[in-house]
Amino acid sequence: MTDYSLLLSQRAKNIKPSGIRKFFSAASEMKDVISLGVGEPDFKTPWVIRKAGIASLDAGRTWYTANAGLSALQKEISLYLKRRFELAYAPENVLVTVGGSEAIDLAMRAFINPGDEVLIPEPSFVCYTPIAELCGARPVPVVTKAEDEFRLNPDALRAAITPKTKLLVFPFPNNPTGGVMRRKHLEEIAGVLKGTDIIVLSDEIYAELTYGEEGHVSISSVDGMKDRTIVVNGFSKAHAMTGWRLGYVTGPAPVMEVLNKIHQYAIMCAPTTSQYAAIEALRSCDDDVLKMAEEYNKRRRLIVMRLNEMGLSCFNPGGAFYAFPSIQSTGLSSQEFCERLLHSKKVAVVPGDAFGDSGEGFVRISYSYSIEHIKEALRRIEAFLKELRA
Amino acid sequence: MYDLLKLLEDNARYSDKELSAILGISGEEVRKKIADLEEDGILRGYKAIVDWEKTERDVVMARIELKVIPKRDRGFEELAETISGFEEVQTLYLMSGGYDLAVTVVGKSFKDIANFVAHRLAPLESVQATATHFVLRKYKDKNTLFIDPERDERGVVL
Ligand SMILES: Cc1ncc(COP(=O)(O)O)c(C=O)c1O
Repeated sequence: MTDYSLLLSQRAKNIKPSGIRKFFSAASEMKDVISLGVGEPDFKTPWVIRKAGIASLDAGRTWYTANAGLSALQKEISLYLKRRFELAYAPENVLVTVGGSEAIDLAMRAFINPGDEVLIPEPSFVCYTPIAELCGARPVPVVTKAEDEFRLNPDALRAAITPKTKLLVFPFPNNPTGGVMRRKHLEEIAGVLKGTDIIVLSDEIYAELTYGEEGHVSISSVDGMKDRTIVVNGFSKAHAMTGWRLGYVTGPAPVMEVLNKIHQYAIMCAPTTSQYAAIEALRSCDDDVLKMAEEYNKRRRLIVMRLNEMGLSCFNPGGAFYAFPSIQSTGLSSQEFCERLLHSKKVAVVPGDAFGDSGEGFVRISYSYSIEHIKEALRRIEAFLKELRA
Repeated sequence: MYDLLKLLEDNARYSDKELSAILGISGEEVRKKIADLEEDGILRGYKAIVDWEKTERDVVMARIELKVIPKRDRGFEELAETISGFEEVQTLYLMSGGYDLAVTVVGKSFKDIANFVAHRLAPLESVQATATHFVLRKYKDKNTLFIDPERDERGVVL
């Protein structure tokens, strides 16, 4: 029998397996579990978008598209970025990808040389560290804190920068914390980066789910940042299109040339049906996006009120669809909390340390569920806490 | 205000506190708005949605289409008031199209309903014709599913 471990790449082998997979496969086998675990919208893709996908299939549009994507879609994305976030990117500099995921992968591969350091604010979405490692980079976590409302602290950033720093991952609105960076915070970050050669990989997949008057501001729109920023966005969260696997990336033209090259060889093109559907999404669904965001906002306020009421101190998240309460008052670790909650009350939430060591002491609670579902889950969590404290 | 009404339409039993959190307004405001809406007759009641099929009690429901000769000065109003007054009647709508009034009626048996149509509705002076359709199954009512909801197929992907 071949010993594959001698054959597999050292880098691939070194990637830490996701610790929580076991937990959730256990949860999915239990009966009557109610989950607050998922990271995708509960809304179905708006019907007009689905219809556009179906129409493209009816018309037999089943071929590859141009590598960079349908030109009509590149144009719509360019218009959308301008309309929603005041970002000026020419259609030809937009690359349509297989989800924001591919865009993140491309950007890392395009920039990283072995030994480079990649700064990753943590807690964060789980993909940045392993991809950076596969590229041979050294991932450097920069901890974000509840007392800073989980924003990237400019001093913490400054302290983490070394001559080897190549890339700053900039994941706001943040999964799992719900932290957002408003314009004034972005300006502080821009101040720290000024005079360095650091590239910012801005993952703005939750941009449309930014609550409050001000709305999402892209770091690329801050003075002096456009030339060093790669903007990643997509349709998964804003348009409830996770399964369509469609995202995009844009940035300075010379960078996009390299991203296109990698994409061309690794992927060919993003799914054609999804691209046709996405054109419709950008042409006619701004209102649907706002409506979904307003629904999330209602749930957000309810869940934050209830968590604080039951004694799990929870910062008021400004974006995405997660609450990230501290469970330190229970004296349990994140893993213990989640396991005991699952077994005693059949509620599944994600332990915070799944998103980096600094997530220890927190849990991620998704509010991508109906209010009724959320209310029932919260009722169970409250009962669980009462029993713990009794 | 529409947000509040929509929420109550979904679930009339939200507490003031929940409503205040969901809507991002004070509990005081919630109470005042609800009082005003009740006062103005916009909020007309709070009632349970019952799936009688799941009980031992026999319930038969029918939808009756009525063709009516409207009264010269009061149109359909007089008849509508009369029919609304029958306690068997659950809903009553004035319709455009092939008939005039749509009546939903519940009773204990087919016979109950047949009697109701024959003895209460048909004899009414301005009723010209009736067509009775029995309900075979209720799938959704008051925006509430009476069948099993779709399963949530989403998993935790991390
Ligand atoms: C912060 C963040 N970035 C990127 C993604 C990837 O999304 P997709 O590849 O579906 O566009 C996710 C998905 O959960 C996410 O949470």
